[in-house]
Amino acid sequence: MSALVINNLSKSFGGLRVTTDVNLSVDPGERRLIIGPNGAGKTTLFNLITGELTPDRGSVALFGRDITRLPSRKRAHLGMARTYQIITLFAQDTIERNVTLALLGLSPLRWNPFLALDRQDHLTRQARAALGRVGLDHIAERPLPQTSYGERRRVEIAMALAQNPKVLLLDEPFAGLSIDERQDVRKLLHAIPRDVTIVMIEHDMDVALDFADRITLLHFGEVIVEGTRTDVVADPRTREVYLGE
Amino acid sequence: MTSSASGSVSSVVNGPVTVGRIAIAVAILALIAVPFVVSEIYYVNIASQVLLYAIFALGLNVLVGYAGLVSLGHAGLFGVAGYVVAYLLAAGYGHGFAILAALAAAMVVTAGFAALALRATGISFIMITLALGEIIWGLAYRWISLTNGDNGISVTTRPAPFGLSLASARGFYGATLVIFLVALIAAAIFVRSPFGAALCGTRDQPRRMNALGYHVWMIRFGAFMFSGLLTAVAGILFVYYNEFISPQALALTASAEGLLMVISGGAATLLGPVVGAALVVIVKNVVSAYITRWNFMLGAIFVAIVVFMPEGLVPGAVRLARSAWRSGRQGKPEPRP
Repeated sequence: MSALVINNLSKSFGGLRVTTDVNLSVDPGERRLIIGPNGAGKTTLFNLITGELTPDRGSVALFGRDITRLPSRKRAHLGMARTYQIITLFAQDTIERNVTLALLGLSPLRWNPFLALDRQDHLTRQARAALGRVGLDHIAERPLPQTSYGERRRVEIAMALAQNPKVLLLDEPFAGLSIDERQDVRKLLHAIPRDVTIVMIEHDMDVALDFADRITLLHFGEVIVEGTRTDVVADPRTREVYLGE
Repeated sequence: MTSSASGSVSSVVNGPVTVGRIAIAVAILALIAVPFVVSEIYYVNIASQVLLYAIFALGLNVLVGYAGLVSLGHAGLFGVAGYVVAYLLAAGYGHGFAILAALAAAMVVTAGFAALALRATGISFIMITLALGEIIWGLAYRWISLTNGDNGISVTTRPAPFGLSLASARGFYGATLVIFLVALIAAAIFVRSPFGAALCGTRDQPRRMNALGYHVWMIRFGAFMFSGLLTAVAGILFVYYNEFISPQALALTASAEGLLMVISGGAATLLGPVVGAALVVIVKNVVSAYITRWNFMLGAIFVAIVVFMPEGLVPGAVRLARSAWRSGRQGKPEPRP
């Protein structure tokens, strides 16, 4: 059974068709890279997959279950996690509190108005472990305003990892990072075990290509090419879209 | 590892934290001492008013501060609880029944407010709460057969819980103080809880909270209900304090004053609304005895707060104290090895 199946997914904003009959099937454990020029509809596709936008037509299935009409929060409980291209963190809190909120989102404890959150040691331990995976556990108690852009990118990833997702959607995890930071993030993404299926949007081909098993090229909301790394790179249509031949 | 890391952080801020705890302890002792130290009944009554409006502001702050949802209709909820108590007492029912019925009625109306207002956020939320509050005010003003219109409803007795009479100003102050402390502790527990953290999350990043698995609407609804409960408690205390309620108590001005208490003291802080309530009540009652245009005075104070401490009096004072503490420490000669 496929981890994620998208069938004839379409979405328009008024007269602008941003997603046109997109079909996608991602196997469990696969690393799928989605590429395409600016405005190709990559992030819109993510928003449709996670339920932040509702499609006009088509369906999304997670491990065989139709989730097209489920709100985002239920998809999270079914094992879907995402990161954002535009950093979307809790700006007034510490790094650890950010990750704790990610953990709490899937815990029944989130409804509890009586206990002290600071004293939930199991959450603290899990948050530290998730921060350990992205190499930020040493500054866990640092308030977000005192962190760098690269550190915030990694907090984004730590929050998604903390939820133990089955399907992880990464929206440009390398955006805005320095060369050194890219290498760090690349290593930590490679360290994610294969029981997590990963779909990644990325512009930076150098770091992204060796990560991907298969690549999907989007252009004006349509899938232009799909295949293995070598197929897609060699395909003349890829050159056309990227080089404008 | 965890404890050592948190220990090092807390030792850095240990000074101000200890100072803060001492300040709270002193403030509570001062509140307990009021009826024994203050000889004039007038000032004991002012203190009761401060506390009951502080409960109102604590409730409003749950929405305004922690949920980021500004309500201009809370005086309506305050008034529903007040009017139900007054009506039932005037109709001859006992205090226990009247109070419980008032709380229940206020909760039902709060749920209705929340269901309608939470369809929106931001300006639209403010406008919906404003409209709902005005509807309640209109009912109180115009449904004369029920509310006695502009003449209001008088209440002749105060309850005597456990045989303690609340008829005197000092007795009433004591009861109000106990209820205030319970409300304050409840708010403190709420804010530190997982639900409180989730609520702040829905204020800062609602979209992300949804993607993380939170039911944003339901969290806001729960916060609205808690806010309404504290507001209703304040409304009931208001009726017993004045032994009277009229549409004036739930006019837009009352909602706006509540908002001013929260914002001037410091929204999203525990003690800010309390300080704000004290400020507004004292200026309204005490300063108005000396200055006819006391509204001008209140306005001037708020302008000063917005200019010098835009985050509110409590966070502003904490900021000043912290920087004073730091500069004091830096001034000390460091022991050199």
